[in-house]
Amino acid sequence: MVLKVFFPSCCSSADSGILIGRWISEQSSAVILAVLHFPFIPVQVKQYLGEVQRVTKVSVSVLGSWSNSKQEKEESLSEFLEDLGTIFCHEPWIQISKEGDSKFWSCSTLQKHSKNPQEEEIILVYYDQRKVMLSHLHPPLDTADQGPEDASKLSAIFDTVARSQVLFMTDRYDEGPIKLTHWQSDGVEASIIVELLKQASVPACMLLTFLLSLLSGICRSRVLKFWPLSFLWSKLSTCEQLGHRLQHLQVISSNKKAQNQNQLMRKANIFVSLLVDVALGILLLSWLYRKNRIGHLADTLIPVADHVAEELQELLQWLMGAPAGLKMNRALDQVLGRFFLYHIHLWISYIHLLSPFIEMILWYVGLSACLGLTVALCILSDIIALLTFHIYCFYVYGARLYCLKIYGLSSLWRLFRGKKWNVLRQRVDSCSYDLDQINPLSYGGVVQTYRLPTYSCYPRDSWASLCKKLFLGELIYPWKHKGDKQN
Amino acid sequence: MAEERRFRSASGVPIALRRHQHSASCRELAVRGPRLQLRSLSAATSAVWLAAYGLFAISENSMVLSAAIFITLVGLIIYLHFVKIDQESLLVIGSLGIQVTSSYASGKESTTFIEMGQVKDVVINEAIHMQKVIYYLCILLRDPEDPQGVSEVVPLFQSSKPRLDCLIEVYKSCQEILEQRKTAPQ
Repeated sequence: MVLKVFFPSCCSSADSGILIGRWISEQSSAVILAVLHFPFIPVQVKQYLGEVQRVTKVSVSVLGSWSNSKQEKEESLSEFLEDLGTIFCHEPWIQISKEGDSKFWSCSTLQKHSKNPQEEEIILVYYDQRKVMLSHLHPPLDTADQGPEDASKLSAIFDTVARSQVLFMTDRYDEGPIKLTHWQSDGVEASIIVELLKQASVPACMLLTFLLSLLSGICRSRVLKFWPLSFLWSKLSTCEQLGHRLQHLQVISSNKKAQNQNQLMRKANIFVSLLVDVALGILLLSWLYRKNRIGHLADTLIPVADHVAEELQELLQWLMGAPAGLKMNRALDQVLGRFFLYHIHLWISYIHLLSPFIEMILWYVGLSACLGLTVALCILSDIIALLTFHIYCFYVYGARLYCLKIYGLSSLWRLFRGKKWNVLRQRVDSCSYDLDQINPLSYGGVVQTYRLPTYSCYPRDSWASLCKKLFLGELIYPWKHKGDKQN
Repeated sequence: MAEERRFRSASGVPIALRRHQHSASCRELAVRGPRLQLRSLSAATSAVWLAAYGLFAISENSMVLSAAIFITLVGLIIYLHFVKIDQESLLVIGSLGIQVTSSYASGKESTTFIEMGQVKDVVINEAIHMQKVIYYLCILLRDPEDPQGVSEVVPLFQSSKPRLDCLIEVYKSCQEILEQRKTAPQ
């Protein structure tokens, strides 16, 4: 059977010693975790390994010997290494040796109690200990309740290295009877900046949490929850977006460490998305506030609103006449048309009233882009919604009237068929009517049917402008929700 | 022990198969496609620059020329780094796994490793590709729930598309190693 030996790349330049690791007999593989150097006392080594085994629950033991001789191969050394096999009896005893500057290693095994003494093949796999220790091989979902050994063979290797972190605490340069070489022997990695950031992040997080709790307390106060205000907050997309961002900040600045990899990734994700958002927002801010662009924007806003109002008025005049040759009910036509015209007139007057203040409002509102590009886009969407509010009102009026019409017609239609809506049972039942009930109702039904086309024209024609508004809204929607990416 | 033989790909382009036997249970098979030809590169570059010069003659805007040079350079870099695959190799180590490596013309290598426990078999399949029916080699992965089922099919040598004779050589080498795991009690 093929023997697999996993050797850490950091130990390839280590001095001679014995190999410490774990033997997985089901897979016939040996995972070498460290090299223990001479001189050592076997009893102390066994004691140390017993302690490590107790703490990490990984069955570490002495697996073999490693010799890295700078001079030629010494016979006495090789005999000594073989004798070690008798002290630390392990089956099979692995001997790896590297001579001088030779690129090739020799790897052999000593089998004392082997049944078939054939020459077995050895595969030596070089692995980067630090990366394997830090990686997490995801097990398949359905075998999550089984132990890691059952899942897959390689995950057992990864698991072994990850769980033996205690072994990597002591080093060859430490005082003590045990001198090990592993990935930390190359030099414990640390970065001053990272350490300083770690120290500084704790008070920063606490401050941020305190401020955020104050802010959310204010937001949740009763003052802001009265009916008109709460309706307004729910309709404005800016408030929604700010609420999301507040929640994200709370997640990031929480004092608890992330429990597992998923939570850590989610936190990092939110942090990076916040950074990108704010960076893009500041970029937008720096572009917007140059060359008096806000002024130009404010100057073009009023003429555009006027232009839209004029177009709408023309449309209504056309509807009040004979649109596309359709002959409409004159009285109804005039009522609806005049009502909508007055609406537009009111709206334009309000916009003109606001016109001296538009530039200042835009200037201050534009400053909020520093909170993030998504907030700026939300504000843009809200501004457009507010400016085209009159179109939306038309749509609502027209649709409501149309709805009422349709309900009336459908109940009269049911009357013609002899059925009635049963309110108690919420279903349609048959019913027999008297003659004097039927006559005025059927007369009303015919009149309603003839007035239907007039009603259906009104909401439909403002659909064109409604579509324009909705299209812009749809463009902004994915930008708005770009900010709250979830896993 | 390495040997190299010449074959043709499905579209008629000459390719080379190199077989390396590292040990009894370790084989490496590499299929190398042709390098980027100088004449196709010059043809593409001249076409782009002629078009740019024509546009410049019409529009009198010198930005067109610099844009053409920029596009040519960027396009060449993108092509070499993301599109042109020089060599595709298969490393089969019995009892450990199969590693599939694609090396791009810019030197980039992308590798995929499949554990031996997940490999059910290596087979040659037929597929309809554009207007042709071609043969391709693929690895069948085991389904964890159903021992007889196949959960995934991983096609190999997708960019070089060798013909059946080359695929048979690769298939035989792989099967020699895969059979060992049936005899050896793993």
